[in-house]
Amino acid sequence: MSIFNYFLKKEKKSTASVAKERLQIIVAHERNKRHQPDYFPKMQQEIIAVIRKYVNIDDDQVSVQLDNNDDCSVLELNITLPDRSAD
Amino acid sequence: MAKIIVVTSGKGGVGKTTTSAAIGTGLALRGFKTVVIDFDVGLRNLDLIMGCERRVVYDFVNVINKEANLNQALIKDKRTPGLYILPASQTRDKDALTMEGVQTVLDNLAKDFEYIICDSPAGIEQGAQMALYFADEAIVVTNPEVSSVRDSDRILGILQSKSLKAEQGGTVKEHLLLTRYNPERVAAAEMLSVADVEDILAVPLLGVIPESDAVLKASNQGAPVILDHESEAGQAYLDAVSRLLGEEVEHRFLEVQKKGFLKRLLGGKK
Repeated sequence: MSIFNYFLKKEKKSTASVAKERLQIIVAHERNKRHQPDYFPKMQQEIIAVIRKYVNIDDDQVSVQLDNNDDCSVLELNITLPDRSAD
Repeated sequence: MAKIIVVTSGKGGVGKTTTSAAIGTGLALRGFKTVVIDFDVGLRNLDLIMGCERRVVYDFVNVINKEANLNQALIKDKRTPGLYILPASQTRDKDALTMEGVQTVLDNLAKDFEYIICDSPAGIEQGAQMALYFADEAIVVTNPEVSSVRDSDRILGILQSKSLKAEQGGTVKEHLLLTRYNPERVAAAEMLSVADVEDILAVPLLGVIPESDAVLKASNQGAPVILDHESEAGQAYLDAVSRLLGEEVEHRFLEVQKKGFLKRLLGGKK
């Protein structure tokens, strides 16, 4: 390895740490989905369809999450409405 | 009561069959009567890795279909006393294994054996689910590589929801076995480290098998690599078997080995 390479490397993240970060994100995401009931994706689609009757939104402007706590489950619905000026 | 251990991974080619052969042989070497079952129907390979491919007459599916009895299908290993192999069928019928059939065979084997090792096929389809369904413990074989780690996490999810133990409200005891580990590349930050993989999967570490020429040599000859006491991989598998039996053994081969002057000069290989 040349000295030049040595200095370059300092700037860039190692590929192993990139791999770890990517894995942590995707695994956490997939674990979340694992605990969802089977009807969840369909329900999410239908909720979006209902909202779209009134407001024009994209799929990625709606996040639906189910949090399971000890004795209760919370359905969290987060919708980003478009700018008012765009109306 | 026999202990049923599934060797699984989700991803293919990470070393499930190599591990099943090594762990099965290791348990038999320690004096436990052990059978290794190949669940990979259609793509039988455990027989080749264990060097008994020419002695297969009847297989797992024949036993399930009552075309042969268990004693006819079991192959006694020629090298290691107390070790038996139940080969998979080469049929192309995907549904050849039935849940009731598998259960009956396992129940019968449990009367005779102390350890039943189930070598799972790759994937998360019916065959893989069948292999893990009745398991008491699971060895999840993982390579330090993104797709393998992700697939291992998926298979862990299936173990935690779709196994018999899980359905009864219990848990399958999980073990992480990291294979094809390359300390040089880890030191160069080009490969996920043991700690990285443990961090992500959060499963107790059973062992780390270093990448080794001995594994291919062993499969070339049809002799489980654990019998190669000279090799690092063989020794690492012996350690893993000890840990499986509850012994505390320190992990080896995790650091870069310093090459001696002569070895460096001659380009020595492990």
